[in-house]
Amino acid sequence: MPEIRNYTINFGPQHPSAHGVLRLVLELDGEVIQRADPHVGLLHRATEKLAESKPYNQSIGYMDRLDYVSMMCNEHGYVRAIEQLLGVEVPERAQYIRTMYDEITRILNHLMWLAAHALDIGAMSVFLYCFREREDLFDCYEAVSGARMHATYYRPGGVNRDLPERMPQFDKAGSKWHGAKEMARRNANRQGSLLDFLEDFTERFPKHVDEYETLLTDNRIWKQRTVGIGVVSPERAQALGFTGPMLRGSGIAWDLRKKQPYAAYDKVDFDIPIGINGDCYDRYLVRMEEMRQSNRIIRQCIDWLRANPGPVRIDDAKVIAPSRERMKADMEALIHHFKLFSEGYCTPPGEVYAAVEAPKGEFGCYIVSDGANKPYRLKIRAPGFPHLAALDEMSRGHMIADVVAIIGTLDIVFGEIDR
Amino acid sequence: MSTEHLTRNARLDALAATLREQFAEHGCELLEQFGELTLVVPAERLLDVCLTLRDHEALRFEQLIDVCGVDYAAYGESEWETETASFTGFGRGVDRDPELELDDPKRFAVAYHLLSLAYNRRLRLRVHAGGAQPMVDSVVDLWPAANWFEREAFDLYGILFRGHPDLRRILTDYGFVGHPFRKDFPLIGQVEMRYDPEQARVVYEPVSIEPRVLVPRVIRGEAPAGSDPSQEPGDA
Repeated sequence: MPEIRNYTINFGPQHPSAHGVLRLVLELDGEVIQRADPHVGLLHRATEKLAESKPYNQSIGYMDRLDYVSMMCNEHGYVRAIEQLLGVEVPERAQYIRTMYDEITRILNHLMWLAAHALDIGAMSVFLYCFREREDLFDCYEAVSGARMHATYYRPGGVNRDLPERMPQFDKAGSKWHGAKEMARRNANRQGSLLDFLEDFTERFPKHVDEYETLLTDNRIWKQRTVGIGVVSPERAQALGFTGPMLRGSGIAWDLRKKQPYAAYDKVDFDIPIGINGDCYDRYLVRMEEMRQSNRIIRQCIDWLRANPGPVRIDDAKVIAPSRERMKADMEALIHHFKLFSEGYCTPPGEVYAAVEAPKGEFGCYIVSDGANKPYRLKIRAPGFPHLAALDEMSRGHMIADVVAIIGTLDIVFGEIDR
Repeated sequence: MSTEHLTRNARLDALAATLREQFAEHGCELLEQFGELTLVVPAERLLDVCLTLRDHEALRFEQLIDVCGVDYAAYGESEWETETASFTGFGRGVDRDPELELDDPKRFAVAYHLLSLAYNRRLRLRVHAGGAQPMVDSVVDLWPAANWFEREAFDLYGILFRGHPDLRRILTDYGFVGHPFRKDFPLIGQVEMRYDPEQARVVYEPVSIEPRVLVPRVIRGEAPAGSDPSQEPGDA
């Protein structure tokens, strides 16, 4: 009798469903997974080591590039750790701006997740719809920071600048491809400020979520591919270090925005959705509801920000650069400006850990400082890292096609896993 | 014990009291800084302490959030002296070969971040792993989440975890030599790779670039927290 052996295949690192550069070594018995061994690190850039050789502020931009679909949430985790070290209190308006942008980021991330997840399982059109909405949110990023993705907008002690009074508009004359009439149509909701544009978005967005749900929630194929796939019990989810929607999908009501509020989350009203069965379908439902809740938070922030003008950064020239006008006129401000950009600021020695509820889960920064102008050790706790580590356990006994659904539901991005 | 009604600080004090009572005889040390608690645990008691932290009714740290290695070899060393720098100049004044104490038994540490969902509290553990051959016990059996985190600490710092089921490298390349996050490992690395058309394969060679320090590391030691460090040089 011939010897029967399990079949081992390579999945990735160049595979459209591998969400970047995941090399997955699968051991199969027929089409059933016996063991999944993810090989990560193909995108390792040693962000933490690089941060050790740079003044604190110069690493903010690296944070965007960790989880490159939830940029500002990563910045938030990093600047919060620095603020805790320095003992800095952020002005209230900046807190609201951060809250608003964190939620914009959450929608951005969940749209990307939904688009990719649906595409992996075979629903093409959702991808196109999601990217339509993402475009508007990228414009909001661009309006405050000049960059569509890697904003580098948050600073220890506030945010870089206040929200713009005018939303940037498309070229009115039109271009070779789009006439003036088309441009006027596109500019219709850009006549006012950034907040007006965003309010217009929040009015449209719940209907769009309904559209996605029409396509997927009761879809027979979608349910066949996700219900009962990748089930994680609440106890296992805790033991495996799950956070965010992965933990809530298993029925544990844990959200740092509620439990350990930061920024302005204790002043806005929102609900935390949780799942029941802990399968891919429940996690899908949780994330869909989170988008609606984010929309709700954004609306409350818009109302507050309209009514309450004020400073968006602390008035402490040791931590945050003085304004250009003051720098040009005032000798002391010039010195501060020079010191800040040539040397940075020194933090008191000690260690802190600050975490935020990023769209994927708990994003934390652990900083060990020895009193220098650079972090002595920066550890980034990426939510996707323990999630991917659980892939082996989640996919065991499933079919090979279900691995794709499980990778999708993990919502992994290699920028943060490999760091 | 209900902790819902207590403020953040009172909750911290309650946890500190419980920890002191539990771990006084273990030789643990409890530090409080920036509103966070750190428990320094002797390496040989790590598993006992972790088991109590996870299962004790008044502690219940069900979740291991993070494990990471720290290399303290260059702790508190600045790259240039501000006193003499005015005539040696920026960049040239940087000390490129600092004397690192590589065999100090306190060189390597492992930091664990724990989270209790039941009481909504956090705790950090720090274990010193030794200098020449750093090794601590693995906590994989207590928290499965530790698996990859410990592999990462092994990969980047060379800290061995006794009892880990699968201690392989995780982030660095296949066949990588050395532990890149150690303080004696240069930022630019040891080797670079390129495609060699003659051998028709990728070859590794020693790095050809020079390390550069754009902003030197400065420690203003005498300045206490809250005072302004930039007063001294140019503000007069």
